[in-house]
Amino acid sequence: MPYTIQTHKLTKTFNTLKAVDSLDITVEPGEIFGLLGPNGAGKTTTVSMLCTILKPTSGTATVNGYDLISEADKVRKSIGIVFQDPSIDDRLTARENLTMHANLYGVPASEQKDRIARILKLVELEDRADDLLRTYSGGMRRRLELGRGLIHYPKVLFLDEPTVGLDPQTRDHIWKYIKELKEAHDITVVLTTHYMDEADRLSDRIAIMDHGKIVVLDTPPALKETLEGDVVTVRANNIDALNKLVSHWLGLNQTRIVDGALEITVHNGKAALPRIMEIATQNNIYVESLISREPNLEDVFLHYTGRSIREDNSRELHGLAAAQRRAIR
Amino acid sequence: MTEIRALYTLWLREIKRFIRDRVRVIVSFVQPLLWLVVFAGGFGARLLIPGINYQQYLFPGIIGQTLLFTAMFMGISVIWDKEFGFMKEILVAPVSRFTIFMGKMFGDSTAALLQGIIVFAFGFILGIPFNPITLIAVLPIMLLITFGLVSVGLTIASFMGSLENFGAIQTFINLPLFFLSGALFPVSGPGTPEWLQVASTFNPLTYGIDALRTIILGSAWTPLQPLYINLGIVCIFDVVMVGVGTWAFGRMK
Ligand SMILES: Nc1ncnc2c1ncn2[C@@H]1O[C@H](COP(=O)(O)OP(=O)(O)OP(=O)(O)O)[C@@H](O)[C@H]1O
Ligand SMILES: [Mg+2]
Repeated sequence: MPYTIQTHKLTKTFNTLKAVDSLDITVEPGEIFGLLGPNGAGKTTTVSMLCTILKPTSGTATVNGYDLISEADKVRKSIGIVFQDPSIDDRLTARENLTMHANLYGVPASEQKDRIARILKLVELEDRADDLLRTYSGGMRRRLELGRGLIHYPKVLFLDEPTVGLDPQTRDHIWKYIKELKEAHDITVVLTTHYMDEADRLSDRIAIMDHGKIVVLDTPPALKETLEGDVVTVRANNIDALNKLVSHWLGLNQTRIVDGALEITVHNGKAALPRIMEIATQNNIYVESLISREPNLEDVFLHYTGRSIREDNSRELHGLAAAQRRAIR
Repeated sequence: MTEIRALYTLWLREIKRFIRDRVRVIVSFVQPLLWLVVFAGGFGARLLIPGINYQQYLFPGIIGQTLLFTAMFMGISVIWDKEFGFMKEILVAPVSRFTIFMGKMFGDSTAALLQGIIVFAFGFILGIPFNPITLIAVLPIMLLITFGLVSVGLTIASFMGSLENFGAIQTFINLPLFFLSGALFPVSGPGTPEWLQVASTFNPLTYGIDALRTIILGSAWTPLQPLYINLGIVCIFDVVMVGVGTWAFGRMK
């Protein structure tokens, strides 16, 4: 079974910084492949290389069976891309932007009208089609960019953070739309994001990327299973003391401090709650709240990278978990 | 076929953007009028060329100047496209860099030509004598002059990261080319400093403006070079600059 995308030691170096470091990934036909990572992980750089915009420093890749370097033109014809940053002409109307794209990608003139009408309907911009883009809201522009990437019926669609800056309703809408597209047109999608919920909801497989490398690659449920257990969140008056005590008691399990609360990963959350309460009480620590929940991708990310995906980087691994993480590296 | 459709669509975009920028179109009327009315009015009596009044002399020069300034200015579209991200959409398309360059070049040249035609229309209003046939002969010459100049503007812009730098570089190039082209005063004949004569022979615009004068002023004007030499030099300049521009676009990220 040929892969839709296959990279061989794909590397991009900026001066001394290895933005993408010997990347070896395969993307299967028809899947939604999520590339998840914090700011600066190398997601956009990877996508830019796969789209032939950036030349790899070393290594190579095939996209739709075409070599990235020697068959760049064929690669370009068979892909669609929605860039992370805006890339529409706001002095033109939506219809003009779409027509231009169709012409650049050699869509036959006889088919253009139909395809453009269908795309406009899909992204729900029919009634604004002949307005200048500068009169559009950010979300409307984003929807148009998504639609534009599809006019030439690409086999692979690259979406670089497709829903950044959109309201929850529009995000939801776009997610639905991406899933529908994939099913209706048999498109393979490579999606980069730093939204956990986005990666979780859309991706068939997720690659967590950090410092230009893939840290782990699996299906969302399998990734969550690697954590094997529940996450208990405790708020108390002396978090640091409690952290030490709990780490000591739990041995190899994990604790970390997140936004002033203690997060503990345990095999059985419900059973751990009374024990944690007991430890606190014995040591005169006053517990304000105590909850157990199932792990989410955010926890997976933290587990594998030692960092929160949130921009402020407020979450850090503490105690044993950090030591464990260092040992893995 | 695909490349031709791409060329057309890129051309059309430049034209649309140009026409929609009404302020610029209107403001662009002002400068040539100032030269032709105020400058020619105040300065003209002092510069005597037998058989031609100064306004008539200046007229083809100001057409050339309009083409020069507009053409160089159009390079700004490249910087805008880079700044606002649209360049990525064009560069990732399955279209050759030559086509991308030519699309922009033809589009911007058409825009510059429209400006040139507007200045030409002022000629009618100001009563500069010529017959309508000259208009037909002048159009292709204006275009030939524009191609090379637009290519220079696009090439420079493809290297520039910001609008400010582009503005500074433009002034640096526009004014010497303008002053040394014979647009405002003859660049040969008695009394002209030798260095100025020499410098003007290296200026492609000198030949373009001389060609315009040959057509517009007819037998009253004694050309520096025969028309075919003038146009030959302009054509060579165009071909070289298109080559340079295509190379510059090829290395653009
Ligand atoms: N043109 C460039 N020149 C120098 N360094 C660059 C360039 N482009 C990217 N980088 C660096 O490469 C690294 C990876 O950047 P990249 O844009 O791929 O990250 P990303 O994963 O897309 O992040 P984000 O979530 O912020 O979009 C960063 O450290 C960035 O500073
Ligand atoms: Mg990015």
